[in-house]
Amino acid sequence: MAETATETLKRTPLYDMHVAQGAKLVPFAGYEMPVQFDGAMAEHLWTRAHAGLFDVSHMGPCFLTLADGIGGGDEAHARIAALIERLVPSDIAGLKPGQARLTVLLNDAGGILDDLIITRPLGDEAQGALYIVVNGAMKGQDWALMEATFGGAAVLTRADDRILFALQGPDAVDVLADFFPGCETLSFMQHMPFEMNGQRCIVSRCGYTGEDGFEVLIPAEAGLPLIEEIFTDARVRPIGLGARDSLRLEAGLCLYGHDLTPDVSPVEADLSWVIQKRRREIGDFPGAARILRELKDGPVRKRVGLRPLERAPAREGTEIVSGGERCGIVTSGGFGPSLDAPISMGYIPIAQANPGARVDLMVRGKPRPAEVTSLPFVPHRYKR
Amino acid sequence: MTTYYTKQHEWIRVDGDTGTIGITAYAAKQLGEVVYVELPEAGASFAREKDFGVVESSKTASEVFAPVSGTVIESNTPITTDLDSVNQDPEGAAWFIRMKISDPEELAGLMDAAAYAAYCEGL
Repeated sequence: MAETATETLKRTPLYDMHVAQGAKLVPFAGYEMPVQFDGAMAEHLWTRAHAGLFDVSHMGPCFLTLADGIGGGDEAHARIAALIERLVPSDIAGLKPGQARLTVLLNDAGGILDDLIITRPLGDEAQGALYIVVNGAMKGQDWALMEATFGGAAVLTRADDRILFALQGPDAVDVLADFFPGCETLSFMQHMPFEMNGQRCIVSRCGYTGEDGFEVLIPAEAGLPLIEEIFTDARVRPIGLGARDSLRLEAGLCLYGHDLTPDVSPVEADLSWVIQKRRREIGDFPGAARILRELKDGPVRKRVGLRPLERAPAREGTEIVSGGERCGIVTSGGFGPSLDAPISMGYIPIAQANPGARVDLMVRGKPRPAEVTSLPFVPHRYKR
Repeated sequence: MTTYYTKQHEWIRVDGDTGTIGITAYAAKQLGEVVYVELPEAGASFAREKDFGVVESSKTASEVFAPVSGTVIESNTPITTDLDSVNQDPEGAAWFIRMKISDPEELAGLMDAAAYAAYCEGL
């Protein structure tokens, strides 16, 4: 008998809990991850109405630290920011202490290598470090790029042996404030460090659902009992990858490898807002020639929302047709439970990329009418 | 009336030369919540193992195949709006189509209930 080659899948510290909670597990980004518990639709609606807990420990949290040590206030922050700004087009130097920013890693052609969140720590003594979370499927590549770029100037410390979990939904703040008093005072994209059972953890007010919520990085020993206690709150249910995908799609948020690829620029992806004024003026980031040109003249194509006018979902890979001509492709698509309707995102020429414009989506060879819409499909409910 | 099953998880209930076709409870469970069903028009003909319709869940889109060759007499269009019924009663009220079977001998290639149960057991 031939031997079957089996990929060795990693498990997060929450694996046993997922199994005990009846998860259906699938391979995802090299990990065995829960795709659903009760059912993706019910989990989606629960998150929008109450609070959903997501295991995102497969992602790539890390710390980037000046090689000559942290401390030294603004000057140290300026030095670490200058290093990471070689790879991203956002104003990292201009982050306030405690503030986080979504950005993108760029290749020399201005294409997106990954999307990531960069956080500046609080406190003078902690400056010279950045807390960075990259995508799970890209973390090996991203970290190799960072280490090659920074050489001996900075040290990258992986934190993906810890638990990273998200608590999302309108009840998330009330639930989490019992465990991390003060976290309710944070605004969207701010963070606070906490100590729990002598272990350092980071609580950030952000997420991937469009809802108010938090992401918490915590060592496994402290995180497991914490999460068990959080689950005793009847407002909290475990949520799998299925609902995570439909929640982020309704919120118009990009999934790397699908909506964002090395061919796509941040301007095409409708993420120009990640490039702040100072970086546009100086133009000192990879692929600046293309990106500055697209900012000035407009990109050739753009990411838009698409609302099929019938019931058939148009999934990733569906061709977009305008006036009988193929003009683009769906990069994410499916069913939006909160809208009770199919929704898609895709790239189309800038001339067609106006809300209200009609296109056809070629679903199983048949043209299905759809309307171009602005994003998000479901309004964000971030705490500003 | 006898019911037969396919490896693609359709069932066909045969009454004379008429067959009522749907997806099995096993298939409905694997799919999860159904969000879309597409059915053919009456009069359309399908060869054995050709796809005649589509059922989509929040997870995936699946084609539905004709267990035997035939011509559609009637589609159960109410299920395209009452999608829950496909999860609730896939082997009963949520049938997909009725067709006139063109070659009853093709039925011999399908599984009976016991064989299908054993087949699902092995998946």
